[in-house]
Amino acid sequence: MSLDRTDVERIAHLARLEVGEQELAAYAETLSRILGLIEQMNAVDTEGIAPMSHPLDAGMRFRADEVTETDQREVFQSIAPSAQAGLYLVPKVIE
Amino acid sequence: MHRPFGSLILPMSMHEKSLAELSTALNNKYISSHELTLAYLDRIEAHRDLNAFVTVDRARALKQAQAADARLKSGQSNVLTGIPIAQKDIFCTDGLPTTCGSRMLANFVAPYDATVIQKFNAAGCVLLGKTNMDEFAMGSSNETSFFGPVHNPWDRRCVPGGSSGGSAAAVAARLAPAATGTDTGGSIRQPAALTGITGLKPSYGRVSRYGMIAFASSLDQGGPMARSAEDAALLLNVMAGFDPRDSTSVDRPVPDYTRTLDESVAGLRIGLPREYFGEGLGTEVGRVIEAALDQYRKLGAKVVEVSLPNSRLAIPCYYVLAPAEASSNLARYDGVRYGYRAPEYADLWEMYAKTRAQGFGAEVKRRIMIGTYALSAGYYDAYYLKAQKLRRLISGDFDRAFEHCDVIMGPTSPTTAFEFGSKTDDPVAMYLSDIYTISVNLAGLPGMSIPAGFDGSRRPIGLQIIGRYFDEARLLNVAHKYQQVTDWHLRVPEGF
Repeated sequence: MSLDRTDVERIAHLARLEVGEQELAAYAETLSRILGLIEQMNAVDTEGIAPMSHPLDAGMRFRADEVTETDQREVFQSIAPSAQAGLYLVPKVIE
Repeated sequence: MHRPFGSLILPMSMHEKSLAELSTALNNKYISSHELTLAYLDRIEAHRDLNAFVTVDRARALKQAQAADARLKSGQSNVLTGIPIAQKDIFCTDGLPTTCGSRMLANFVAPYDATVIQKFNAAGCVLLGKTNMDEFAMGSSNETSFFGPVHNPWDRRCVPGGSSGGSAAAVAARLAPAATGTDTGGSIRQPAALTGITGLKPSYGRVSRYGMIAFASSLDQGGPMARSAEDAALLLNVMAGFDPRDSTSVDRPVPDYTRTLDESVAGLRIGLPREYFGEGLGTEVGRVIEAALDQYRKLGAKVVEVSLPNSRLAIPCYYVLAPAEASSNLARYDGVRYGYRAPEYADLWEMYAKTRAQGFGAEVKRRIMIGTYALSAGYYDAYYLKAQKLRRLISGDFDRAFEHCDVIMGPTSPTTAFEFGSKTDDPVAMYLSDIYTISVNLAGLPGMSIPAGFDGSRRPIGLQIIGRYFDEARLLNVAHKYQQVTDWHLRVPEGF
């Protein structure tokens, strides 16, 4: 699988990464090379094999629905790039 | 009075001691934690050119040392009380920067401690400093760090390996008695091999991931990096254990890893995967591994050939799973709640895109792109699902091999430390550095690297020991017995 500039633009959009016009070709080349490595996977028939997501096939643990955390809004917001009156500030999205 | 180091403990020689020796000296008040910490802080300062540390807070460390001294005086101490430990800068530390080697988190100060940090604090250890690493642990050479590469103390023109390169270099150069690392595809074992130290990646779920910045959550595992297996056992005693705050932590009793160190290895069955000794393995590395196996034969172990037929698929499989999980984990860095935010943007969309483009380095962006592509609509089955199926096959290979042996041995890395820049232009060549370590993460097994010799340029070579699930005690035992009859782990690079 070889990627072209349009593919790179699409992926960058999905990943929320700004990619400059002059970087597109280099990305297309490198990512295609990595995909070339990845496609070695296709040499093996995996029909009927169960996918493995956890080495011990453990599922998610349940816990009692109890309050375990205290409110630390001020501590957490003290490291925010921009916060005011208990709110995180971002550029306006609704006109 | 019996004084193990003679009549006077010279601060000059403190860095030559093992954790057990330092513990004895501290508990018998031959030295104070303050003196010990100061000696190491001075060594770090004297060797700043290695770039092994990102953050060192002298005042904070010395204050912690004084608290440890009070504890030692009151008799409330345990084995590691007062011992300074270098922490990989991936573990969140309350009130001290945690950068993960990234511009994105260059000014990030976590509001809480990772479980691993909490455990070291509870043991009375001193946080000596935060060690440099590949950005978000993505790299095998430490060259992707926003804070510049770490130099290998054995040869400053060479990389220390990665991603835990700062921890590895710090321990190798004796700038810290011990350190922590994390290992997603080899990031503890490969730098341990390239710097001549002992590193252990525990079984998946053994050490809590809470507060350990996530790269690939189904593979990430923290572990000790130390001078010897004995020291690593002492560290793992502190680090291991169930944590309800980590959803994949495994609730199993933790043995005392030091208790079985001295057990005989006579009759031990060592499996040699024939796939690890083929094309791509450096001649000198191969020769050193053979010599290590001979040493084990002398200790009474038996060597049997095993096969891991799907080994060659580990790298392609990993380079789907790890980037896919990374692209999801790293989606949180959006410039809103913490971390870097681009200075200029027109709207919310631009704020995200510019923040991420400026905050992440080239390798991290490459992996986010690969992962995003693999998870994008229409490609899931061909990439992520396919890789998860291969993961099952790779894991099954180990199950079958362990029917014939107790541990598996082989090289940790196909080559010794390489020179800066030699693989940076070719990500695929860099990825192959982890060819022998990645499959262990995919299977979730414990793996270790111990020093076993040098190449002709005096660059260290590591022997990898792989065990069954939760068989860390045996790995440490097998490593320790080797270190009792060899002195590779005691070698120190010139000038340190």
